[in-house]
Amino acid sequence: MVSYIVRRLVQAVPVLLGVTFVVFLLMYLTPGDPVEVFLGRGGAVTQEEIDRIRREFGLDRPFVEQYGRFLVALGRGDLGQSVVHRRPVGELILERVPATVELTLVAALIALLVGIPAGVAAAVRRYSLLDKGATLLSLLGVSMPGFWLGLVLINVFAVHLRVLPVAGRMAYGTGFEPQTGFYLLDALLQGNGAAALDVLRHLLLPAVAMSATMMAMTMRLTRSSLLETIGQDYVRTARAKGVPERTVVLRHALRNALLPVVTVIALNLGALLGGNMVVETVFGWPGLGRLVVEAVRTHDYPLVRGAVLVYAATYVVLNLLADLSYAFLNPRISHGKGVG
Amino acid sequence: MSGRAWRAFRRNRLALAGAALVVLLALGAVLAPGVAPHDPLRGRLPDRLRPPGTVTAGGRYLLGTDNLGRDILSRILHGGRVSIALGLLVVGVSIVVGVTLGLVSAYAGGWVDTVVQRSVDVLLAFPYLVLAIALMGLFGPGFMNLVVALAFKEWVMACRVVRSEVLALKTAAFVEASRAAGAGPARILLRHLLPNVIPAAVVVATLRVGWVILMEASLSFLGLGIQPPQPSWGVIIADGRDYLFRAPWISTFPGIAILLFVLGVNLLGEGLRDALDPRLTGVRVGE
Repeated sequence: MVSYIVRRLVQAVPVLLGVTFVVFLLMYLTPGDPVEVFLGRGGAVTQEEIDRIRREFGLDRPFVEQYGRFLVALGRGDLGQSVVHRRPVGELILERVPATVELTLVAALIALLVGIPAGVAAAVRRYSLLDKGATLLSLLGVSMPGFWLGLVLINVFAVHLRVLPVAGRMAYGTGFEPQTGFYLLDALLQGNGAAALDVLRHLLLPAVAMSATMMAMTMRLTRSSLLETIGQDYVRTARAKGVPERTVVLRHALRNALLPVVTVIALNLGALLGGNMVVETVFGWPGLGRLVVEAVRTHDYPLVRGAVLVYAATYVVLNLLADLSYAFLNPRISHGKGVG
Repeated sequence: MSGRAWRAFRRNRLALAGAALVVLLALGAVLAPGVAPHDPLRGRLPDRLRPPGTVTAGGRYLLGTDNLGRDILSRILHGGRVSIALGLLVVGVSIVVGVTLGLVSAYAGGWVDTVVQRSVDVLLAFPYLVLAIALMGLFGPGFMNLVVALAFKEWVMACRVVRSEVLALKTAAFVEASRAAGAGPARILLRHLLPNVIPAAVVVATLRVGWVILMEASLSFLGLGIQPPQPSWGVIIADGRDYLFRAPWISTFPGIAILLFVLGVNLLGEGLRDALDPRLTGVRVGE
């Protein structure tokens, strides 16, 4: 087991290095002179000045040396300077992370809370109307763009029914002052029930829009995985012993059926995180996704580069955790040669 | 498709329904210049923001009009040409690249395999949309740029599936026999291995078209993909974003078109998978 963990960790290193190389290469090949972008267009800048700045940023050095400097800076946690905001990229990203993480976690929670019970119900009543309805809904769930669902939800719940807010993270005037950036947590820690409710109301629509695909996948997976375990010998034995059906399903079968579900969910947490940029844009959610979209629009390449790196690194780490947790939860899978 | 696979496919009612949806929407797109009731690019300003079903001096607007008085139905039909063509083109390019690299990588082994597989690992480390958005930021908007930005990672999906198929086939008796009879690598790859991975490639291609169309919609919605006034399904949704209060139909209908088409290809793809190659359950819609 320890050797498996070490092997997976070691495997992640070249992947991360490759990621930094691809990101660096793309920015290196970017059309347009980064110095011009930095100085702003149309200014009266002499050639000497451009050359001076180019030397200052090391842009006159060979490719390999520039990449080396980039890696060294990365090692120090330095992601460079935003051209538009004129502030360190790392700082800008860190400010936006809590909003995105909060939204992603709530979306994942909704997906699990709906997807797993729906999957169980569909499996237990296989081929019933309920099963067919749930399957159809899950097919629709993976086939629609999440941002479009967001627009439809805004239209129904914010425009017509007027029960939920259109955009943003909180209403003003509740006397609530967030401390950590995780608004829901802050409100609960401060014992401010009204603010917590307000934050939740703002979270609901974007989280549902984001969770649709994951919810659909969770439901389908729970269903097929549970159907598979229900056919196993130990489940039949439990039934033969006279264990009530409810206990058989929930205690014996579901426990084992949830294993692959958990792994796929963990794997998809990264995808959820990386796919939420459009939903954030629709709901004016001040998260990392919107920051990237704005950075691309304003040609703020250092910021785009930093954010893409952060996304990719998070993705790699989440996948690693998913693999490890799966190996940990399911000792039967082989960890390669020898005893794990 | 073999007779057995075809019979299995024909019995699958969901897959047939999916095929019907795909054919219907694709026909609408192909025939758009003939069947669209209005010009998709030029609207009648007096008819702006008309709700679905309105009839004016300018004609009937079955799905309503947008803020420039353009007919939504006509824009959706023409937008389908762009969205579906893009989906097919991206998947087509990716399948060719992915199948080639998958075949060569698995058959050659050694450093070739290592290089290809490490590239696959690195590309898999990027969230799909994040990479596509960053690439579109560099390339600038446009149809061909969009094809490159999406195919940049998309080929990985086919490559992985084909590679694992070839690894299993490489040591099969018929391949060994052919090699013993003196066949060179080119002949073995093209005559023996390629035909055997085609069913898998077809399944992957079908299941990926929907995903690529969803990505196009996202990028165009953000203004980084297809550029207005040219309609694509994502562009029309974006057109309606500022009119959610007054004219929700602008964004709603193109989304339904996407939903039906993607649902159609997914049902079709799953039907093909079950009929051709049931082992491919690992191929899914997503990143």
